[in-house]
Amino acid sequence: MDRDKLPPEPRGGFAFENCLRNEALAKAGGPQSFLPPKARKTGTTIAGLIYKDGVILGADTRATDDMVVADKNCEKIHFIAPNIYCCGAGVAADAEVTTQLLSSNMELHSLSTGRPPRVATACRFLKQMLFRYQGHIGASLILGGADSTGPHLYSVHPHGSTSKLPFTSMGSGAAAAIAVLEDRFKPDMELAEAQELLADAITAGVLSDLGSGSNVDLCVLTRGGAQTLRPFRTPIPRGQRQGRYRYRAGTTAVLSEAVAPLRLQLLDETVTGMDVD
Amino acid sequence: MEAGGMRLPLPFWAGGLAPGELYSLTGPSAAGPGLESQAGGGGPLTRTQNPMVTGTSVLGVKFDSGVIIAADMLGSYGSLARFRNISRIMKVNDNTVLGASGDYADFQYLKQVIDQMVIDEELLGDGHSYSPKAIHSWLTRAMYSRRSKMNPLWNTVVIGGFYNGESFLGYVDMLGVAYEDPTLATGYGAYLAQPLMREVLEKKPILTKDEARDLIERCMKILYYRDARSFNRYELAIVTEKGVEVEGPLSVETNWDIAHLIRGFE
Repeated sequence: MDRDKLPPEPRGGFAFENCLRNEALAKAGGPQSFLPPKARKTGTTIAGLIYKDGVILGADTRATDDMVVADKNCEKIHFIAPNIYCCGAGVAADAEVTTQLLSSNMELHSLSTGRPPRVATACRFLKQMLFRYQGHIGASLILGGADSTGPHLYSVHPHGSTSKLPFTSMGSGAAAAIAVLEDRFKPDMELAEAQELLADAITAGVLSDLGSGSNVDLCVLTRGGAQTLRPFRTPIPRGQRQGRYRYRAGTTAVLSEAVAPLRLQLLDETVTGMDVD
Repeated sequence: MEAGGMRLPLPFWAGGLAPGELYSLTGPSAAGPGLESQAGGGGPLTRTQNPMVTGTSVLGVKFDSGVIIAADMLGSYGSLARFRNISRIMKVNDNTVLGASGDYADFQYLKQVIDQMVIDEELLGDGHSYSPKAIHSWLTRAMYSRRSKMNPLWNTVVIGGFYNGESFLGYVDMLGVAYEDPTLATGYGAYLAQPLMREVLEKKPILTKDEARDLIERCMKILYYRDARSFNRYELAIVTEKGVEVEGPLSVETNWDIAHLIRGFE
Protein backbone atom coordinates (compact mmCIF):
# COMPACT_ATOMS: atom_id res chain seq x y z
CA MET A 1 0.00 0.00 0.00
CA ASP A 2 1.38 3.32 -1.04
CA ARG A 3 2.03 5.44 2.03
CA ASP A 4 1.09 8.62 0.24
CA LYS A 5 -2.36 7.30 -0.50
CA LEU A 6 -3.22 6.65 3.17
CA PRO A 7 -5.63 9.12 4.78
CA PRO A 8 -3.83 11.79 6.81
CA GLU A 9 -3.36 11.10 10.54
CA PRO A 10 -6.04 12.86 12.61
CA ARG A 11 -4.61 16.00 14.16
CA GLY A 12 -6.53 15.51 17.37
CA GLY A 13 -9.97 16.76 18.35
CA PHE A 14 -13.08 16.01 16.38
CA ALA A 15 -13.50 16.90 12.70
CA PHE A 16 -16.88 18.55 12.30
CA GLU A 17 -17.07 18.69 8.50
CA ASN A 18 -19.30 15.65 8.35
CA CYS A 19 -21.66 17.12 10.94
CA LEU A 20 -22.17 20.22 8.78
CA ARG A 21 -22.69 18.05 5.75
CA ASN A 22 -25.21 15.86 7.61
CA GLU A 23 -27.19 18.88 8.72
CA ALA A 24 -27.22 20.27 5.20
CA LEU A 25 -28.37 16.93 3.81
CA ALA A 26 -31.15 16.62 6.35
CA LYS A 27 -32.38 20.17 5.79
CA ALA A 28 -32.35 20.28 1.98
CA GLY A 29 -35.87 19.47 0.92
CA GLY A 30 -37.03 17.40 -2.01
CA PRO A 31 -34.98 14.60 -3.53
CA GLN A 32 -31.77 16.02 -2.08
CA SER A 33 -32.78 15.58 1.56
CA PHE A 34 -31.38 12.55 3.27
CA LEU A 35 -31.89 11.72 6.90
CA PRO A 36 -29.37 9.44 8.55
CA PRO A 37 -30.84 6.17 9.88
CA LYS A 38 -32.34 6.55 13.32
CA ALA A 39 -29.94 5.17 15.91
CA ARG A 40 -31.35 2.29 17.92
CA LYS A 41 -31.52 3.30 21.55
CA THR A 42 -31.62 0.81 24.35
CA GLY A 43 -34.47 2.57 26.22
CA THR A 44 -33.12 1.45 29.50
CA THR A 45 -33.18 1.46 33.23
CA ILE A 46 -29.69 1.16 34.69
CA ALA A 47 -28.68 1.88 38.26
CA GLY A 48 -25.88 1.33 40.70
CA LEU A 49 -25.18 1.76 44.38
CA ILE A 50 -22.33 1.43 46.84
CA TYR A 51 -22.91 -0.87 49.79
CA LYS A 52 -20.82 -2.03 52.70
CA ASP A 53 -18.39 -4.29 50.83
CA GLY A 54 -18.42 -2.84 47.32
CA VAL A 55 -20.58 -1.81 44.39
CA ILE A 56 -23.68 -3.36 42.87
CA LEU A 57 -24.71 -2.53 39.29
CA GLY A 58 -28.14 -3.32 37.89
CA ALA A 59 -29.85 -3.13 34.50
CA ASP A 60 -32.96 -4.26 32.69
CA THR A 61 -32.70 -6.37 29.53
CA ARG A 62 -34.88 -4.77 26.86
CA ALA A 63 -33.51 -3.15 23.70
CA THR A 64 -36.00 -1.08 21.69
CA ASP A 65 -36.08 0.07 18.08
CA ASP A 66 -38.45 3.02 18.40
CA MET A 67 -41.63 1.28 19.56
CA VAL A 68 -40.61 -2.32 18.85
CA VAL A 69 -38.66 -4.54 21.20
CA ALA A 70 -35.58 -5.48 19.24
CA ASP A 71 -34.01 -7.72 21.88
CA LYS A 72 -35.90 -9.25 24.82
CA ASN A 73 -32.84 -10.27 26.75
CA CYS A 74 -29.81 -8.19 25.88
CA GLU A 75 -26.88 -7.73 28.22
CA LYS A 76 -26.37 -4.18 29.40
CA ILE A 77 -23.75 -4.76 32.08
CA HIS A 78 -20.47 -4.84 30.18
CA PHE A 79 -17.16 -6.28 31.32
CA ILE A 80 -14.38 -3.73 31.55
CA ALA A 81 -11.89 -5.44 33.82
CA PRO A 82 -12.19 -8.32 36.29
CA ASN A 83 -12.98 -5.77 38.99
CA ILE A 84 -14.73 -3.11 36.88
CA TYR A 85 -18.05 -3.34 35.05
CA CYS A 86 -20.06 -0.73 33.16
CA CYS A 87 -23.80 -0.41 32.50
CA GLY A 88 -24.69 1.26 29.21
CA ALA A 89 -27.74 3.26 28.17
CA GLY A 90 -28.45 5.54 25.21
CA VAL A 91 -27.57 4.45 21.69
CA ALA A 92 -26.97 0.68 21.79
CA ALA A 93 -24.04 0.58 19.38
CA ASP A 94 -22.33 3.55 21.01
CA ALA A 95 -22.58 2.01 24.49
CA GLU A 96 -21.35 -1.37 23.25
CA VAL A 97 -18.38 -0.13 21.24
CA THR A 98 -17.36 2.44 23.84
CA THR A 99 -17.27 -0.17 26.59
CA GLN A 100 -15.34 -2.59 24.40
CA LEU A 101 -12.79 0.10 23.57
CA LEU A 102 -12.57 0.95 27.26
CA SER A 103 -12.07 -2.68 28.20
CA SER A 104 -9.24 -3.26 25.77
CA ASN A 105 -7.51 -0.02 26.66
CA MET A 106 -7.82 -0.77 30.36
CA GLU A 107 -6.15 -4.14 29.83
CA LEU A 108 -3.30 -2.57 27.88
CA HIS A 109 -2.87 0.09 30.53
CA SER A 110 -2.94 -2.48 33.30
CA LEU A 111 -0.24 -4.52 31.55
CA SER A 112 1.80 -1.40 31.06
CA THR A 113 1.58 -0.29 34.69
CA GLY A 114 1.80 -3.79 36.08
CA ARG A 115 -1.06 -3.01 38.45
CA PRO A 116 -4.72 -4.00 38.56
CA PRO A 117 -6.85 -1.33 36.85
CA ARG A 118 -8.54 1.45 38.79
CA VAL A 119 -12.06 2.72 38.26
CA ALA A 120 -10.88 6.34 38.17
CA THR A 121 -8.68 5.48 35.20
CA ALA A 122 -11.65 4.03 33.33
CA CYS A 123 -13.68 7.13 34.17
CA ARG A 124 -10.95 9.43 32.90
CA PHE A 125 -10.64 7.49 29.67
CA LEU A 126 -14.39 7.57 29.06
CA LYS A 127 -14.81 11.26 29.66
CA GLN A 128 -11.81 12.22 27.55
CA MET A 129 -13.13 10.20 24.63
CA LEU A 130 -16.77 11.28 24.93
CA PHE A 131 -15.88 14.95 25.29
CA ARG A 132 -13.71 14.71 22.23
CA TYR A 133 -16.78 13.54 20.28
CA GLN A 134 -18.88 16.40 21.67
CA GLY A 135 -21.91 14.26 22.52
CA HIS A 136 -22.22 12.65 19.09
CA ILE A 137 -21.45 9.32 20.74
CA GLY A 138 -24.72 8.78 22.57
CA ALA A 139 -23.47 6.61 25.40
CA SER A 140 -24.77 7.17 28.96
CA LEU A 141 -22.83 4.92 31.26
CA ILE A 142 -22.75 3.88 34.89
CA LEU A 143 -19.24 2.75 35.71
CA GLY A 144 -18.60 0.82 38.88
CA GLY A 145 -15.87 -1.26 40.40
CA ALA A 146 -13.80 -2.10 43.43
CA ASP A 147 -10.08 -1.47 43.22
CA SER A 148 -7.17 -1.06 45.62
CA THR A 149 -8.53 2.31 46.76
CA GLY A 150 -12.01 0.99 47.53
CA PRO A 151 -15.40 0.80 45.79
CA HIS A 152 -16.29 3.57 43.33
CA LEU A 153 -19.37 4.44 41.29
CA TYR A 154 -19.46 6.98 38.47
CA SER A 155 -22.16 8.16 36.08
CA VAL A 156 -20.88 9.32 32.70
CA HIS A 157 -22.99 11.37 30.28
CA PRO A 158 -22.68 11.50 26.46
CA HIS A 159 -21.04 14.92 26.46
CA GLY A 160 -18.33 13.77 28.80
CA SER A 161 -19.42 14.97 32.25
CA THR A 162 -18.96 12.59 35.16
CA SER A 163 -20.35 12.42 38.68
CA LYS A 164 -19.03 10.36 41.53
CA LEU A 165 -22.04 9.26 43.56
CA PRO A 166 -23.15 6.78 46.24
CA PHE A 167 -26.12 5.78 44.07
CA THR A 168 -27.33 6.75 40.62
CA SER A 169 -29.55 5.73 37.74
CA MET A 170 -29.67 6.47 34.00
CA GLY A 171 -31.72 5.71 30.93
CA SER A 172 -35.37 6.31 30.14
CA GLY A 173 -36.42 4.60 33.37
CA ALA A 174 -34.02 6.64 35.49
CA ALA A 175 -36.77 8.62 37.23
CA ALA A 176 -38.56 5.49 38.43
CA ALA A 177 -35.33 3.90 39.64
CA ILE A 178 -34.02 7.01 41.39
CA ALA A 179 -37.32 7.40 43.24
CA VAL A 180 -36.89 3.95 44.78
CA LEU A 181 -33.23 4.59 45.55
CA GLU A 182 -33.93 7.98 47.16
CA ASP A 183 -36.62 6.40 49.28
CA ARG A 184 -34.60 3.54 50.74
CA PHE A 185 -30.88 4.10 50.29
CA LYS A 186 -28.71 4.09 53.40
CA PRO A 187 -24.91 4.15 53.50
CA ASP A 188 -23.18 0.83 54.34
CA MET A 189 -26.05 -1.54 53.65
CA GLU A 190 -25.64 -5.31 53.83
CA LEU A 191 -25.41 -7.31 50.62
CA ALA A 192 -28.89 -8.86 50.72
CA GLU A 193 -30.63 -5.57 51.47
CA ALA A 194 -28.61 -3.72 48.84
CA GLN A 195 -29.37 -6.34 46.18
CA GLU A 196 -33.08 -6.18 46.97
CA LEU A 197 -33.07 -2.38 46.83
CA LEU A 198 -31.29 -2.23 43.50
CA ALA A 199 -33.48 -4.97 42.03
CA ASP A 200 -36.55 -3.03 43.23
CA ALA A 201 -35.19 0.12 41.59
CA ILE A 202 -34.72 -1.63 38.25
CA THR A 203 -38.10 -3.33 38.63
CA ALA A 204 -39.74 0.08 39.09
CA GLY A 205 -38.23 1.08 35.75
CA VAL A 206 -39.27 -2.19 34.12
CA LEU A 207 -42.88 -1.79 35.25
CA SER A 208 -43.36 1.95 34.80
CA ASP A 209 -41.20 2.74 31.75
CA LEU A 210 -42.14 1.46 28.31
CA GLY A 211 -38.55 1.55 27.13
CA SER A 212 -37.48 -0.91 29.83
CA GLY A 213 -38.62 -4.43 30.37
CA SER A 214 -37.97 -8.16 30.72
CA ASN A 215 -35.52 -9.16 33.42
CA VAL A 216 -33.31 -7.56 36.04
CA ASP A 217 -29.58 -8.28 35.82
CA LEU A 218 -27.25 -7.53 38.70
CA CYS A 219 -23.47 -7.48 39.07
CA VAL A 220 -21.85 -7.43 42.50
CA LEU A 221 -18.29 -6.08 42.60
CA THR A 222 -16.11 -6.49 45.66
CA ARG A 223 -12.41 -6.69 46.47
CA GLY A 224 -12.70 -10.42 45.86
CA GLY A 225 -13.95 -10.00 42.28
CA ALA A 226 -17.16 -9.73 40.33
CA GLN A 227 -20.28 -11.86 40.43
CA THR A 228 -22.78 -11.47 37.60
CA LEU A 229 -26.34 -12.52 38.39
CA ARG A 230 -28.13 -12.80 35.09
CA PRO A 231 -31.06 -12.82 35.56
CA PHE A 232 -31.44 -11.82 39.17
CA ARG A 233 -35.18 -11.38 38.96
CA THR A 234 -37.88 -11.96 36.38
CA PRO A 235 -40.73 -9.63 37.40
CA ILE A 236 -42.70 -10.31 34.23
CA PRO A 237 -43.63 -14.00 34.26
CA ARG A 238 -44.18 -15.56 30.88
CA GLY A 239 -47.86 -16.04 30.14
CA GLN A 240 -49.25 -19.54 30.22
CA ARG A 241 -50.71 -20.81 27.00
CA GLN A 242 -54.40 -21.37 27.58
CA GLY A 243 -55.16 -23.84 24.80
CA ARG A 244 -53.62 -25.78 21.95
CA TYR A 245 -54.32 -25.57 18.25
CA ARG A 246 -52.82 -28.96 17.54
CA TYR A 247 -55.19 -31.88 17.65
CA ARG A 248 -54.22 -34.76 19.85
CA ALA A 249 -53.00 -37.88 18.10
CA GLY A 250 -55.99 -40.16 17.68
CA THR A 251 -58.57 -37.37 17.20
CA THR A 252 -59.38 -38.68 13.77
CA ALA A 253 -60.24 -42.36 13.90
CA VAL A 254 -58.35 -44.50 11.37
CA LEU A 255 -60.75 -47.00 9.81
CA SER A 256 -58.39 -48.81 7.45
CA GLU A 257 -54.83 -48.56 6.34
CA ALA A 258 -53.31 -49.60 2.99
CA VAL A 259 -49.58 -49.37 2.35
CA ALA A 260 -48.25 -49.52 -1.22
CA PRO A 261 -44.46 -49.40 -1.50
CA LEU A 262 -43.04 -47.31 -4.32
CA ARG A 263 -41.08 -49.67 -6.55
CA LEU A 264 -37.85 -48.00 -7.73
CA GLN A 265 -35.12 -49.37 -9.95
CA LEU A 266 -31.54 -48.11 -9.77
CA LEU A 267 -30.59 -47.30 -13.35
CA ASP A 268 -27.31 -45.38 -13.22
CA GLU A 269 -24.81 -44.33 -10.54
CA THR A 270 -22.13 -41.68 -10.97
CA VAL A 271 -19.73 -40.38 -8.33
CA THR A 272 -18.12 -36.93 -8.70
CA GLY A 273 -15.47 -35.76 -6.28
CA MET A 274 -16.02 -32.29 -4.67
CA ASP A 275 -13.35 -29.80 -5.60
CA VAL A 276 -11.89 -28.70 -2.25
CA ASP A 277 -8.99 -26.34 -2.56
CA MET B 1 -55.70 21.21 -9.93
CA GLU B 2 -56.95 17.88 -11.32
CA ALA B 3 -56.52 16.91 -14.96
CA GLY B 4 -60.11 15.70 -15.18
CA GLY B 5 -61.58 19.16 -15.68
CA MET B 6 -62.94 21.58 -13.08
CA ARG B 7 -66.41 21.09 -11.76
CA LEU B 8 -68.41 24.10 -10.59
CA PRO B 9 -68.68 24.02 -6.80
CA LEU B 10 -72.21 23.32 -5.64
CA PRO B 11 -73.84 26.26 -3.83
CA PHE B 12 -73.46 24.51 -0.51
CA TRP B 13 -69.72 24.13 -0.90
CA ALA B 14 -69.02 27.39 -2.67
CA GLY B 15 -66.51 29.73 -1.07
CA GLY B 16 -64.86 26.86 0.73
CA LEU B 17 -61.47 25.24 0.43
CA ALA B 18 -59.90 23.58 -2.60
CA PRO B 19 -59.45 19.82 -2.17
CA GLY B 20 -56.37 19.11 -0.10
CA GLU B 21 -56.24 22.54 1.46
CA LEU B 22 -56.15 22.70 5.25
CA TYR B 23 -58.77 24.59 7.19
CA SER B 24 -57.06 26.81 9.73
CA LEU B 25 -58.96 27.04 12.98
CA THR B 26 -56.83 29.88 14.24
CA GLY B 27 -56.00 31.72 11.03
CA PRO B 28 -57.65 34.74 9.47
CA SER B 29 -60.66 32.68 8.43
CA ALA B 30 -61.54 31.98 12.06
CA ALA B 31 -63.96 34.66 13.15
CA GLY B 32 -63.05 36.45 16.34
CA PRO B 33 -65.00 39.43 17.57
CA GLY B 34 -62.81 42.46 17.96
CA LEU B 35 -59.55 40.59 17.37
CA GLU B 36 -56.87 42.35 15.42
CA SER B 37 -56.10 40.23 12.43
CA GLN B 38 -56.13 42.74 9.62
CA ALA B 39 -52.43 42.20 9.06
CA GLY B 40 -52.45 40.21 5.84
CA GLY B 41 -50.86 36.81 5.66
CA GLY B 42 -50.28 35.68 9.26
CA GLY B 43 -51.42 38.28 11.71
CA PRO B 44 -50.73 38.14 15.44
CA LEU B 45 -51.49 34.76 16.98
CA THR B 46 -54.41 35.27 19.29
CA ARG B 47 -54.91 31.79 20.70
CA THR B 48 -51.55 30.12 21.06
CA GLN B 49 -50.79 29.90 24.70
CA ASN B 50 -47.77 29.32 26.80
CA PRO B 51 -48.11 28.71 30.50
CA MET B 52 -46.73 31.60 32.56
CA VAL B 53 -46.92 30.98 36.29
CA THR B 54 -46.96 27.23 36.69
CA GLY B 55 -47.48 24.64 39.38
CA THR B 56 -45.71 21.31 39.41
CA SER B 57 -47.03 17.85 40.31
CA VAL B 58 -50.26 17.01 42.09
CA LEU B 59 -50.54 13.61 43.78
CA GLY B 60 -53.67 11.65 44.63
CA VAL B 61 -54.23 8.36 46.46
CA LYS B 62 -57.40 6.47 47.35
CA PHE B 63 -57.75 4.76 50.70
CA ASP B 64 -60.48 2.66 52.28
CA SER B 65 -62.70 5.50 53.43
CA GLY B 66 -61.71 8.42 51.20
CA VAL B 67 -59.00 10.07 49.12
CA ILE B 68 -55.95 12.23 49.77
CA ILE B 69 -54.66 14.89 47.38
CA ALA B 70 -51.40 16.76 47.81
CA ALA B 71 -49.77 19.64 45.97
CA ASP B 72 -46.94 21.93 46.88
CA MET B 73 -47.45 25.64 47.31
CA LEU B 74 -45.12 26.99 44.66
CA GLY B 75 -45.96 29.06 41.60
CA SER B 76 -42.91 29.02 39.33
CA TYR B 77 -42.25 31.68 36.74
CA GLY B 78 -40.05 29.61 34.47
CA SER B 79 -37.10 28.76 36.65
CA LEU B 80 -37.88 31.49 39.20
CA ALA B 81 -39.59 30.34 42.39
CA ARG B 82 -41.90 33.34 42.32
CA PHE B 83 -44.93 32.70 44.48
CA ARG B 84 -44.11 30.49 47.40
CA ASN B 85 -47.38 30.44 49.29
CA ILE B 86 -50.13 29.78 46.79
CA SER B 87 -52.75 27.10 47.15
CA ARG B 88 -53.20 24.80 44.19
CA ILE B 89 -55.94 22.82 45.84
CA MET B 90 -59.53 24.01 45.94
CA LYS B 91 -62.48 22.68 47.86
CA VAL B 92 -65.41 22.31 45.48
CA ASN B 93 -67.99 21.23 48.03
CA ASP B 94 -68.18 19.00 51.08
CA ASN B 95 -67.44 15.88 49.14
CA THR B 96 -65.05 17.00 46.39
CA VAL B 97 -61.62 18.60 46.11
CA LEU B 98 -59.66 19.57 43.04
CA GLY B 99 -55.91 20.04 42.62
CA ALA B 100 -54.35 21.58 39.53
CA SER B 101 -50.91 21.74 37.99
CA GLY B 102 -49.95 23.85 35.01
CA ASP B 103 -50.88 27.46 34.44
CA TYR B 104 -52.00 29.14 37.65
CA ALA B 105 -54.08 31.81 35.95
CA ASP B 106 -56.13 29.15 34.20
CA PHE B 107 -56.60 27.41 37.55
CA GLN B 108 -57.84 30.66 39.09
CA TYR B 109 -60.31 31.08 36.24
CA LEU B 110 -61.47 27.48 36.66
CA LYS B 111 -61.85 28.05 40.41
CA GLN B 112 -64.02 31.07 39.75
CA VAL B 113 -66.22 29.18 37.31
CA ILE B 114 -66.61 26.15 39.57
CA ASP B 115 -67.29 28.25 42.66
CA GLN B 116 -70.06 30.06 40.82
CA MET B 117 -71.47 26.73 39.60
CA VAL B 118 -71.56 25.44 43.18
CA ILE B 119 -73.26 28.62 44.41
CA ASP B 120 -75.87 28.43 41.67
CA GLU B 121 -76.57 24.87 42.63
CA GLU B 122 -76.93 25.69 46.30
CA LEU B 123 -79.39 28.40 45.36
CA LEU B 124 -81.62 25.74 43.82
CA GLY B 125 -82.08 24.50 47.36
CA ASP B 126 -83.01 20.94 46.36
CA GLY B 127 -80.60 19.25 48.72
CA HIS B 128 -78.42 17.93 45.90
CA SER B 129 -74.77 18.79 45.52
CA TYR B 130 -72.36 18.01 42.73
CA SER B 131 -70.78 14.59 43.05
CA PRO B 132 -67.06 14.22 42.31
CA LYS B 133 -67.91 12.13 39.26
CA ALA B 134 -70.17 14.89 37.99
CA ILE B 135 -67.45 17.50 38.40
CA HIS B 136 -64.99 15.20 36.66
CA SER B 137 -67.37 14.58 33.80
CA TRP B 138 -68.16 18.27 33.37
CA LEU B 139 -64.52 19.23 33.52
CA THR B 140 -63.59 16.64 30.92
CA ARG B 141 -66.13 18.11 28.50
CA ALA B 142 -65.09 21.69 29.31
CA MET B 143 -61.37 21.01 28.84
CA TYR B 144 -61.91 19.06 25.64
CA SER B 145 -64.14 21.76 24.27
CA ARG B 146 -61.49 24.40 24.94
CA ARG B 147 -58.76 22.30 23.32
CA SER B 148 -60.96 21.76 20.28
CA LYS B 149 -61.18 25.51 19.89
CA MET B 150 -57.38 25.61 20.05
CA ASN B 151 -57.57 27.65 23.25
CA PRO B 152 -56.91 25.20 26.07
CA LEU B 153 -56.90 25.68 29.79
CA TRP B 154 -53.29 24.79 30.37
CA ASN B 155 -53.86 22.59 33.39
CA THR B 156 -53.72 19.00 34.49
CA VAL B 157 -56.36 18.50 37.14
CA VAL B 158 -56.84 15.84 39.80
CA ILE B 159 -60.33 15.51 41.26
CA GLY B 160 -60.83 13.60 44.47
CA GLY B 161 -63.94 12.95 46.46
CA PHE B 162 -66.08 10.67 48.56
CA TYR B 163 -69.72 10.28 47.59
CA ASN B 164 -72.31 7.64 48.41
CA GLY B 165 -69.83 5.57 50.37
CA GLU B 166 -67.35 5.35 47.50
CA SER B 167 -64.08 7.18 46.99
CA PHE B 168 -63.38 8.79 43.64
CA LEU B 169 -60.11 9.87 42.08
CA GLY B 170 -60.05 11.26 38.53
CA TYR B 171 -57.64 12.97 36.17
CA VAL B 172 -58.30 15.49 33.38
CA ASP B 173 -55.63 17.23 31.37
CA MET B 174 -55.55 20.12 28.93
CA LEU B 175 -56.18 17.85 25.95
CA GLY B 176 -59.32 16.45 27.54
CA VAL B 177 -57.67 13.11 28.36
CA ALA B 178 -59.57 11.80 31.37
CA TYR B 179 -59.44 8.67 33.46
CA GLU B 180 -59.81 7.32 36.98
CA ASP B 181 -57.22 5.37 38.93
CA PRO B 182 -56.50 4.47 42.56
CA THR B 183 -53.27 6.50 42.33
CA LEU B 184 -52.65 9.61 40.27
CA ALA B 185 -49.76 11.96 39.72
CA THR B 186 -49.37 14.84 37.30
CA GLY B 187 -46.23 16.36 35.84
CA TYR B 188 -42.96 15.01 37.15
CA GLY B 189 -44.86 13.08 39.77
CA ALA B 190 -45.88 10.66 37.03
CA TYR B 191 -42.26 9.69 36.51
CA LEU B 192 -41.01 9.88 40.09
CA ALA B 193 -43.93 9.23 42.42
CA GLN B 194 -46.27 7.00 40.38
CA PRO B 195 -43.89 3.96 40.36
CA LEU B 196 -43.66 4.13 44.16
CA MET B 197 -47.40 4.54 44.61
CA ARG B 198 -48.14 1.65 42.27
CA GLU B 199 -45.64 -0.57 44.05
CA VAL B 200 -47.32 0.01 47.42
CA LEU B 201 -50.80 -0.54 46.03
CA GLU B 202 -49.77 -3.71 44.26
CA LYS B 203 -48.77 -5.22 47.59
CA LYS B 204 -51.82 -3.86 49.43
CA PRO B 205 -54.67 -2.72 47.17
CA ILE B 206 -56.70 -1.08 49.96
CA LEU B 207 -54.78 1.26 52.23
CA THR B 208 -55.75 2.77 55.54
CA LYS B 209 -55.77 6.53 55.94
CA ASP B 210 -52.44 6.54 57.78
CA GLU B 211 -50.79 4.33 55.18
CA ALA B 212 -52.06 6.54 52.37
CA ARG B 213 -50.85 9.64 54.15
CA ASP B 214 -47.47 8.05 54.75
CA LEU B 215 -47.19 7.13 51.06
CA ILE B 216 -48.02 10.67 50.00
CA GLU B 217 -45.43 12.10 52.37
CA ARG B 218 -42.73 9.76 51.05
CA CYS B 219 -43.60 10.78 47.50
CA MET B 220 -43.58 14.51 48.32
CA LYS B 221 -40.12 14.05 49.83
CA ILE B 222 -38.78 12.39 46.71
CA LEU B 223 -40.35 15.04 44.52
CA TYR B 224 -38.66 17.71 46.58
CA TYR B 225 -35.32 15.91 46.17
CA ARG B 226 -35.57 15.32 42.44
CA ASP B 227 -38.01 17.80 40.84
CA ALA B 228 -36.17 21.03 40.13
CA ARG B 229 -39.42 23.07 40.19
CA SER B 230 -40.74 21.84 43.52
CA PHE B 231 -40.79 23.40 46.96
CA ASN B 232 -40.72 22.14 50.50
CA ARG B 233 -44.10 23.46 51.51
CA TYR B 234 -47.23 21.59 50.55
CA GLU B 235 -50.89 21.20 51.28
CA LEU B 236 -52.82 18.01 51.87
CA ALA B 237 -56.55 17.61 51.28
CA ILE B 238 -58.29 14.60 52.81
CA VAL B 239 -61.85 13.82 51.81
CA THR B 240 -63.83 11.34 53.86
CA GLU B 241 -67.42 10.76 54.78
CA LYS B 242 -67.04 13.49 57.37
CA GLY B 243 -66.14 16.06 54.74
CA VAL B 244 -63.11 17.90 53.44
CA GLU B 245 -60.06 18.64 55.55
CA VAL B 246 -57.31 20.78 54.00
CA GLU B 247 -54.09 20.62 55.98
CA GLY B 248 -51.21 22.90 55.36
CA PRO B 249 -48.67 24.25 55.02
CA LEU B 250 -46.67 21.09 55.74
CA SER B 251 -42.99 20.33 55.11
CA VAL B 252 -41.04 17.15 54.49
CA GLU B 253 -38.12 16.07 56.63
CA THR B 254 -35.09 15.98 54.37
CA ASN B 255 -32.04 13.86 54.99
CA TRP B 256 -28.74 15.11 53.59
CA ASP B 257 -26.46 12.54 55.23
CA ILE B 258 -25.24 11.24 51.88
CA ALA B 259 -23.79 14.68 51.16
CA HIS B 260 -20.66 13.61 53.04
CA LEU B 261 -20.16 10.77 50.57
CA ILE B 262 -20.03 13.10 47.58
CA ARG B 263 -16.90 15.06 46.91
CA GLY B 264 -15.78 16.22 43.47
CA PHE B 265 -16.89 14.62 40.28
CA GLU B 266 -14.29 11.95 39.65
